[in-house]
Amino acid sequence: MSANGIGASVRRKEDHRFITGKGSYTDDINREGQTHAYFLRSPHAHALIKRLDVAAARQAPGVVGIFTGDDLAADKVGGLICGWMIHNKDGSPMSAGAHPALAQGKVRYVGDHVAVIIAETYSQAKDAADLVEVDYDVLPACVDLASADSPGQPQIHDNAANNTVYNFHLGDKAATDAAFARAAHVTKLDLVNNRLVPNAMEPRAAIGDYNSGEDAFTLYTTSQNPHVARLILSAFIGLAPEHKLRVIAPDVGGGFGSKIFVYAEETVCVWAAKKVGRPVKWVADRTEEFLCVAHGRDHVTHAEMAMDEKGRILGLRVHTKANLGAYLSTFSSAVPTYLYAPLLSGQYDIPAIYAEVDALYTNTSPVDAYRGAGRPEATFVVERLVEVASRQLGQDPAQFRMRNFVKSWPHQTPVIMMYDAGDYAGTMRKALELADYKNFGKRKRESARKGMLRGIGFSAYIEACGIAPSAAVGSLGAGVGLWESAEVRVNPTGNVEVLTGSHSHGQGHETTFAQLVAGRLGIPIEQVSIVHGDTDKVQFGMGTYGSRSGAVGMSAIVKALDKIEAKAKKVAAFALEASEADIEFKDGRFSVAGTDKSLAFGEVALQAYIAHKFTGAQLEPGLKEGAFYDPTNFTFPAGVHICEVEIDTDTGVTQIAKWTAVDDFGTIINPMIVEGQVHGGIAQGIGQALIENAIYDKEGQLVTASFMDYGMPRAHDLPHLELGFNTTPAPSNPLGIKGCGEAGAIAAPPAVINAITDALGHEEIAMPATPQAVWKAMQKSAMKIAAE
Amino acid sequence: MYAFDYHRPQTLRQAVNLIGRTEDSKVLAGGQTLIPTLKARLANPANLIDLGAVPELRAITQKGKSIVIGAMVRHAEVAESPLVKSAIPALADLAHLIGDPHVRNRGTIGGSVANNDPAADYPAACLAMNATIITTKRKIPVDQYFQGMFTTALEEGELISAVSFPIPSRAAYAKFRNPASRYALVGVFVAVKSGETRVAVTGASNGGVYRWTEAEAALKPRFSLAPIERLAKPPSTNMNSDIHASADYRAHLVYVMTKRAVAKALGR
Ligand SMILES: Cc1cc2nc3c(=O)[nH]c(=O)nc-3n(C[C@H](O)[C@H](O)[C@H](O)COP(=O)(O)OP(=O)(O)OC[C@H]3O[C@@H](n4cnc5c(N)ncnc54)[C@H](O)[C@@H]3O)c2cc1C
Repeated sequence: MSANGIGASVRRKEDHRFITGKGSYTDDINREGQTHAYFLRSPHAHALIKRLDVAAARQAPGVVGIFTGDDLAADKVGGLICGWMIHNKDGSPMSAGAHPALAQGKVRYVGDHVAVIIAETYSQAKDAADLVEVDYDVLPACVDLASADSPGQPQIHDNAANNTVYNFHLGDKAATDAAFARAAHVTKLDLVNNRLVPNAMEPRAAIGDYNSGEDAFTLYTTSQNPHVARLILSAFIGLAPEHKLRVIAPDVGGGFGSKIFVYAEETVCVWAAKKVGRPVKWVADRTEEFLCVAHGRDHVTHAEMAMDEKGRILGLRVHTKANLGAYLSTFSSAVPTYLYAPLLSGQYDIPAIYAEVDALYTNTSPVDAYRGAGRPEATFVVERLVEVASRQLGQDPAQFRMRNFVKSWPHQTPVIMMYDAGDYAGTMRKALELADYKNFGKRKRESARKGMLRGIGFSAYIEACGIAPSAAVGSLGAGVGLWESAEVRVNPTGNVEVLTGSHSHGQGHETTFAQLVAGRLGIPIEQVSIVHGDTDKVQFGMGTYGSRSGAVGMSAIVKALDKIEAKAKKVAAFALEASEADIEFKDGRFSVAGTDKSLAFGEVALQAYIAHKFTGAQLEPGLKEGAFYDPTNFTFPAGVHICEVEIDTDTGVTQIAKWTAVDDFGTIINPMIVEGQVHGGIAQGIGQALIENAIYDKEGQLVTASFMDYGMPRAHDLPHLELGFNTTPAPSNPLGIKGCGEAGAIAAPPAVINAITDALGHEEIAMPATPQAVWKAMQKSAMKIAAE
Repeated sequence: MYAFDYHRPQTLRQAVNLIGRTEDSKVLAGGQTLIPTLKARLANPANLIDLGAVPELRAITQKGKSIVIGAMVRHAEVAESPLVKSAIPALADLAHLIGDPHVRNRGTIGGSVANNDPAADYPAACLAMNATIITTKRKIPVDQYFQGMFTTALEEGELISAVSFPIPSRAAYAKFRNPASRYALVGVFVAVKSGETRVAVTGASNGGVYRWTEAEAALKPRFSLAPIERLAKPPSTNMNSDIHASADYRAHLVYVMTKRAVAKALGR
């Protein structure tokens, strides 16, 4: 391992820029002649627009343009799309309602886009919005997920009967029914996976810019995947041909999935820039971010697990209703299906699984991928079931898990996935050791002496990351392939620019990717820069989500580096007047085997460009290579998290007393950055388990539309996190990386709830387990004790 | 935010004059409540009078047996003040529990007491310690000052210049934070002075800060834990109920936080 290569905790190169305020976020960018957009939004969850009159607003000071859905339709601007086709049980395609960027006759959630007002200043746009006259015919709203598909509910889209987008299933129903028929014990649970608001630190933003001289557009936006945004805006929404639309995603302050998608605002900003002939800027305020960003999770599930008399799992049966909100966001349909049901085998050897998922429309903000996306929901189901089953059978929860773990690889689950490498029992043993499990009883007694209830909870999660083999996702309905691209440009002076289709919005790619390159080429890390986030610089890319940038994005760089090395060897052979077969490359030097003749990497780079030692006929000048990498399998990060809680019996406050995580992420490039990813993920998972909750009232108003009411975890809510690793390299990519970005958020919620229910002695608690919820649950325990 | 004229008077007299002279004006202290209100366009004053440059409002002093805190003193300054920490440590504690570091370094005691948010912390301290609200017109005894949530005895154009706290012989504050906002879901301040015990509760009631008189009566013969432990929980009748806490839970927390405040005041 070199000082800055793979495996070193190199300080993040990007942080100097960020912590000195020199980052450049979308809102920091200002274009000549820029105007400001304000979106007039629906105050109602469900209403017909009877009349929309913008005449008075048009006369307001500073107004440059006002547009409605009619204007978009007149210009044949397409609706927003959902890029993953899911089929019903009967093979018919899902029912997707139209998703216009500005409402056409009907609004379907609070915050839905009614009109855009563009003015010289943001205040003027907002003032003018007060003058837009809208007559609404308010309709009853359908908000409750559990009953959204019941007869008699308000119909949200005409073409989706019973508000049902699809009835999906996966697995073998007959085999699963047979497993249940011969079960000695069945554990059943009803679970709610609470709705979350992503709350990236930087709210969404966009600037549309049109150059009439070139007839070309530029969009600056908060995107995790600028090329995908360009593709959608061009090929589906039809704003401009791909080569006439440049999308720049500059510094982006967090995404967590919410910035994967193409939303109404950036669509309108690009289109309107040409209409008004000036750049159009929009920056969400925090309220808009709460109301209109794609939310996460929101499932209700009934789950059952069948076991034999020894506690071996025989089968799993899951029925989930998934809330997709009022419209289908870009990847929403995939989240509760192919990112969820294939993960229901967990780390366990389960012979039969059958999952049904009903995806429903409601009059709420669209729901789409949020850190973990489907996999936290699956893990919650599996790890709650396993924990409760072990309790019901009187077995130790760790032993119960180990008995049922997959023990050899490759392992084909009954739900698509083929786990290729792991050491689940080894990870569990390491976690038990680190958590000092054997002395838990002693700690519980100590807590009891302080009047506190102590509980312990496990979570043995698995995720499918490194998303994803294009052929696999194509066969499952994806509209795109999920490979990644890279280009390595070596300059004549020997420094290197790497262009990647991955996008960093907090992950530290400028450091980790540079570590890979510096280590491989034997050059100082300062001589490597990572270029991303601009469709005019990077040829194409699929972006960053699903813990894919290491496994897929870096693998593409490896492939390009292979080509660089091969070409550089040829150059070195000419320069050193040796045969190519005799050239060895080690520690940044090309040498002729068995001689002391050698050239440093930078010298070879110069030779490649001056091309004095060879003719173009023998070898092309220059040193620049590109590569596309398509993975051969998903990767399967897995681990065990153990949470210990202490509950204050007077108030119901849960303190996390101890947290142990042992993860298998495959190869680790930068341990410090990986630990940071784990910390952040656990924080989000603890947030979901203890305080985060997006609540709509019956009328469809978002009650938790600000930080005054939406509980975000703070530093003091978090314990010390004890982290360990048990690494088995991923066989499906050249670096052996599995990915780490989502693990914490996937692992944490069931660990917390398992610990709380262990402390309470019953299972009656839902997320978020706020102090009030725990206090109420304790009243139930008290009643039970009194009754016994 | 709507447009307004901004004024920055240099003395309290100038501030008062400005209020008299301008139409539809509002004073700005730390802005932690007012600025978000303006940004959300929930208020539309024509004039904003910033008290930030008025030096008379910035002092913390001892006057006889009272600690007097100027209206523009920030929460962080109260939390760190050696004088407050030695004379009324419970008040420094309370200030330290308000919001987060940003809020504590901007928000002021005058703004908080003028605003009388039903979940704010200072009102409990004022009521329990029998404070006097000193204004540009008069001295208002605290029992007449708080008049229900967001309502006070302040008249049009009347500014708080300071709050005077008689130094108690014992005092403590127990706060149960709202898990989202970190305001008081329930906060209980107990204070003992010259044989009188006061128990003031914030966050819980839909009438704003109030005195829990049953607890005060129970503690009157002797300030100790036993009488509180024997006391019945308060009824949930007038308690707030929202997504964070039902009326029942709030009533329960009033009881628990009172017990904790008494224990803390006893040094336990
Ligand atoms: C994120 C956040 C968390 C918070 N958490 C808490 C908490 O835990 N506990 C808590 O108690 N508070 C909390 N607050 C409120 C905070 O304490 C504010 O400081 C307080 O509400 C108002 O004080 P201010 O100085 O900011 O006043 P401003 O916002 O400037 O003014 C508030 C009101 O008082 C009026 N006013 C200000 N000064 C005077 C004066 N001298 N005389 C007459 N009228 C005046 C103003 O005109 C305005 O109407 C929180 C606020 C935020 C933003």
